[in-house]
Amino acid sequence: MKLSVLQQNGNTRRSNSFRGNGPFDSVVDGFKSPAALFWLVLHGLCCLISLVMGFRFSRLIIFLLFSTNNNTSPSVTNHIFTTTRPLLTSTPTNVAAEGLTSQTPPSTSTTQNPHTALNRTTPISTGSRVVVGRHGILIRPWPHPDPVEVMKAHRIMERVQREQRIQYGIKNPRPLIVITPTYVRTFQTLHLTGLMHSLMLAPYDLTWIVVEAGGITNETASLLAKTGLRTIHIGFDQRMPIAWEDRHRLEARMRLRALGVVREQKLDGIVVFADDSNMHSMELFDEIHSVKWIGAVSVGILAHSGNPDESSTQKQDDENSPLPVQGPACNSSGNLVGWHTFNSLPYAEKSAIYIGDSATVLPRKLEWAGFVLNSRLVWKEAEGLPDWVKDVDTLERDGGDLESPLSLLKDASVVEPLGSCGRKVLLWWLRVEARADSKFPPGWIIDSPLEITVPAKRTPWPDATPEFLSVEKVGGTQEHIEKHPTKTSRVSRSKHGRHKKKRESKIVDKQVSRRRSEEK
Amino acid sequence: MIGDWVGFSVTKKMKASTFAFVVLLVYSSLLRIGADELDQSQQTERISGSAGDVLEDDPVGRLKVFVYELPSKYNKKILQKDARCLNHMFAAEIYMHRFLLSSPVRTLNPEEADWFYTPVYTTCDLTPNGLPLPFKSPRMMRSAIQLISSNWPYWNRTEGADHFFVTPHDFGACFHYQEEKAIERGILSLLQRATLVQTFGQRNHVCLKEGSITIPPYAPPQKMQSHLIPPDTPRSIFVYFRGLFYDVGNDPEGGYYARGARASVWENFKDNPLFDISTEHPTTYYEDMQRAIFCLCPLGWAPWSPRLVEGVIFGCIPVIIADDIVLPFADAIPWEEIGVFVDEKDVPKLDSILTSIPPEVILRKQRLLANPSMKQAMLFPQPARPGDAFHQILNGLARKLPHDSSIYLKPGQKILDWTAGPVVDQKPW
Repeated sequence: MKLSVLQQNGNTRRSNSFRGNGPFDSVVDGFKSPAALFWLVLHGLCCLISLVMGFRFSRLIIFLLFSTNNNTSPSVTNHIFTTTRPLLTSTPTNVAAEGLTSQTPPSTSTTQNPHTALNRTTPISTGSRVVVGRHGILIRPWPHPDPVEVMKAHRIMERVQREQRIQYGIKNPRPLIVITPTYVRTFQTLHLTGLMHSLMLAPYDLTWIVVEAGGITNETASLLAKTGLRTIHIGFDQRMPIAWEDRHRLEARMRLRALGVVREQKLDGIVVFADDSNMHSMELFDEIHSVKWIGAVSVGILAHSGNPDESSTQKQDDENSPLPVQGPACNSSGNLVGWHTFNSLPYAEKSAIYIGDSATVLPRKLEWAGFVLNSRLVWKEAEGLPDWVKDVDTLERDGGDLESPLSLLKDASVVEPLGSCGRKVLLWWLRVEARADSKFPPGWIIDSPLEITVPAKRTPWPDATPEFLSVEKVGGTQEHIEKHPTKTSRVSRSKHGRHKKKRESKIVDKQVSRRRSEEK
Repeated sequence: MIGDWVGFSVTKKMKASTFAFVVLLVYSSLLRIGADELDQSQQTERISGSAGDVLEDDPVGRLKVFVYELPSKYNKKILQKDARCLNHMFAAEIYMHRFLLSSPVRTLNPEEADWFYTPVYTTCDLTPNGLPLPFKSPRMMRSAIQLISSNWPYWNRTEGADHFFVTPHDFGACFHYQEEKAIERGILSLLQRATLVQTFGQRNHVCLKEGSITIPPYAPPQKMQSHLIPPDTPRSIFVYFRGLFYDVGNDPEGGYYARGARASVWENFKDNPLFDISTEHPTTYYEDMQRAIFCLCPLGWAPWSPRLVEGVIFGCIPVIIADDIVLPFADAIPWEEIGVFVDEKDVPKLDSILTSIPPEVILRKQRLLANPSMKQAMLFPQPARPGDAFHQILNGLARKLPHDSSIYLKPGQKILDWTAGPVVDQKPW
């Protein structure tokens, strides 16, 4: 790119010593066109001869006839159809003597013949191994990635990134203690899997305390077994209630129970209250390392309504509404002066009461999820324990409103605001649940035989035997089939029914074929 | 019994002393471990080249430079004609002039000067595309030298042996962009005795004179600073390169441009996921370099390139593919410890070469690159800062002092041939 323009300009702008339209100097300086024609003819003749004879005749002859003072590459290629150099195939190198360059097809294998008495090096630079002129393009026999090298490179990259983390990341990372209340319901797998993946990504030592309402179940246990994290699975004897108010209260008690475990086992680290349906960013885990005793982060509140009409009307009202963020509020010098809370007035009448309602689920004034504690705050005796912390045991005994960890403190002003003083939202609060009576296959494995099996209306096996025609009840997902029980229980393979119930029959077909494959 | 008692007390004493000794040993070993940890967490390492630990030397007080007052047609007027000269990679000559004008090493008394500087901008004759044409440069230089030799006696005193010139073009003072032609012309005959400060450097090459100072090409410091990303962004690209592999305009078949090395890189590694190489011009070029471990710096039409400077600034280990190249400030900076040198004939094995470097060596190279004095030495900031490239040039000049008394010519002695060179260059400028 650099030179092409120069070339063109050099040619158009007059510089007398510059001639020719290639990058190479022509030996025949200053000749007029008949001479050029003569050379062309000669070149064509030489090409024909080389075609016949099988090697580049023109080049050799011209080189031998006209020894130039050009400093050129020493090699002349010969078409030798015998063995090639075992390691390298190169596109042919040739001497760039004149502008009469011809290129042999790159598919032929060539060798370099350095000892054809044409070893020309630059006359002034003795001992230099670098030569000006055209060189071959060296290509190895298999110019594709080598898997061994790729693995080695990945290990190098890993090592470099680890070093980067050591130098620029968090110094002295502390272990984390994550407390999650949960219970078995339709959306549990969804929520817990999301949280699980976030925790597995965090590059710190983690202890995950999962408190389950209704006692320990295999469902939850099997989910936790997949993580590879250190988990403490605790059962809580009460079942999760159906109303949101009650659920919040029970969750607070479950968290206290987990804090009790921290206290008993003297777990050291930073306590994070991660609810299973919340979404945490990775920066959260980095940011909380700077907490000394108790810190607060800003939580984005995703209050969402299952009812589409409601949300649209709300949008029109909410142009000047405050942001859906809960967290510490700071003054200009970075000190905690108050709290941002979620404004639930617009939703006052229309909030959800029961889990699975299509109305908006409202958060409490300050969610537990927005706070992180130093685990030593809940220990029985720890050195350096500040005097503004209450004992956890007294909290449980007194009952009272355990709305947020602030009830652990006598004085709320000692909370440290994190995430550049609450300006960064590091996690999001969300509550999405299915109806309380919704059913789902346990463990999300369709183990047992499906309860309705119906013959396909277009089976490839015309002799369907009656044993496939049992009618049973299916789980709630197949509602639309239940609506037409009479039609589907018919044995008929009638074709006219097919067109109307195409959708249903398709699903039915799949069920039957699956059933058959299982039975096979 | 007494014997027993004495024996007992003796053993007790020995026990106490051995106990104290053990305690001392443990304590000292703990101290040493602490010291080791401190060293490991050290992010940078001191850089010292063959001339010693000279990167941070202060040239002020070690030399004096006299700047000739040339008529503005040699410098200012050329710059006025085309202001693009301030931003291209040859801008070092202009910034060096400006730096010297206001530097404490400048002296207004030529009698006490150790070095003489001639501010002539030979690389500022630009095409519409911004590339410098070197065709008039020899004439310009000759005219400037004629001027200084007739107006001041200092040139004739030594025939230029205590003068230095900044010639940042492709092949330095050979004043041509094509290597063959540059070799043919050789260094301008009038500059045979002067010290050349140039970007081109290749061992055993006509255009590199003994005693020249190689400098990095100019790269805009503000632009690079504004593209810095947080240092904890993980380096996830193994090898990075953006640029041409084939110069289709001038060398369509390949093999001539970059001596076939760039084409070889492309042909061997174009489908290799470790090599992020292409000819695109991304807007995130600087940011991508900061996410890469190795940055290729292959030769082009000339062996030097601004990629070296960019690699050093952004902490990407430069992989230099240019046989016999002489890198900037080679005596002050130990380039073998900082970069990776690959012979052009070894390019097909580039992936094996790079993956066989032990991780400790790679981390050490990164630590050396993180040294701020290393980064400063590659830049030409305005205003000048201690340790930057201007100061390294002055340090290099200072290291060549004191001048040998043989450079002073006897009256009537003439060494330079004023009529050597192509006839075209003899024309007045």
